[in-house]
Amino acid sequence: MLAAQVMLEQGIHVEGINFFTGFCVEGHTHAIRKQDKAKPKRNNALWTAERLGIKLHIIDVIEEYKDIVINPKHGYGAHINPCLDCKGFMVKKAREWMEENDFDFIITGEVIGQRPMSQRKDTMPVIARESGALDRLLRPLCAQNLAPTLPEQEGWVDRERLYGFSGRSRKPQIALAQEFGISDFAQPAGGCCFLTDPAYSTKLQDLWQQRGEKTYEIDDIMLLKVGRHLRPRPHFKLIIGREDGENRFLEGYRRQFTTLQASSHNGPLVLLDGHYNEDDLQLAARIVARYSQGRDANAVDIDITHHDKDATQTLSVPPMSNNDIPREWFV
Amino acid sequence: MSTHQLDARRLLCPMPVIRTQNCIKTLDSGDILEVTCTDPGALIDVPTWCRINGHRVINTITNENEICITIEVDGS
Repeated sequence: MLAAQVMLEQGIHVEGINFFTGFCVEGHTHAIRKQDKAKPKRNNALWTAERLGIKLHIIDVIEEYKDIVINPKHGYGAHINPCLDCKGFMVKKAREWMEENDFDFIITGEVIGQRPMSQRKDTMPVIARESGALDRLLRPLCAQNLAPTLPEQEGWVDRERLYGFSGRSRKPQIALAQEFGISDFAQPAGGCCFLTDPAYSTKLQDLWQQRGEKTYEIDDIMLLKVGRHLRPRPHFKLIIGREDGENRFLEGYRRQFTTLQASSHNGPLVLLDGHYNEDDLQLAARIVARYSQGRDANAVDIDITHHDKDATQTLSVPPMSNNDIPREWFV
Repeated sequence: MSTHQLDARRLLCPMPVIRTQNCIKTLDSGDILEVTCTDPGALIDVPTWCRINGHRVINTITNENEICITIEVDGS
């Protein structure tokens, strides 16, 4: 937002590009979880564009992005976050968009030293080089710490009116925002990608391990954001809705998964992901009973609907006690 | 001028916006697009996208489970 405003102050025409990878935190979690219903559901990229008075293009990169997550050339950060490859990929896509739409250069809000992987003095040139953007990539907030880019050399942009920010502190950016009269801004980057989240990363690694290969589809990565995940056996796991919003969301997957739900008591909708036999169903039903309101009853009826047989069976099972659910089953 | 329908049900934001954006690229000025969504976030995001890109939301109907947003292409 700030980098765009710096350009607008110089009379430069700016349009925004927002890439949707499937791993964004804000929109989906808000849409799914009931407890977030009270929060405003604004899309921050759209909100920022409107605040700046610029157009915004949202680009679906889900398919192409898979290769970045699965085979990052520069490796992962602390979790499954391929930040350097991700940044290079996005700038490359922005460069392609720039060329297709007759724009002259790309700006980003990067600041040297802001992030440990993709915003270091030694990695920022890697992004410019590998994206193919080269000297058409301008970082207005830290440009004075970097070699002049083409827009500066050509005089399209006044280098003296760019900035030399560096380091992790956001104080200079916040002060500049105040100078521009910007008092409300989106959460700074870092917490906006599920791949930086340890719990999410564990679930994705579990998915890959059980499949025996690093692959995913959009439904896989959506379901990792939802519910409580338990893997009682290596060949199947349960996705248990934690509240009404999640149960409603999981309803949409009834045709793709075998589902379990208590019929004698209130309880969550549960998806069974994987292969199972009759013993597995008994075990799954006892776990589902544990998460129903019949957890203290002698027996709970669990309806099991097999998605591939279009048939429902009911098992009456004693709920598993909390102590009988090993910690290692929780993914 | 013609009227078109877009089914964006079960998609979570920003997918309804992306589908709307991509559909409008194929339409002519003055065309009408009726977008049906289930994600309540679309109620804010689709009109915001329309405002910043010069399209006009003519009507919004919300019932218990669905939202229908009617857009006039280049209508602002």
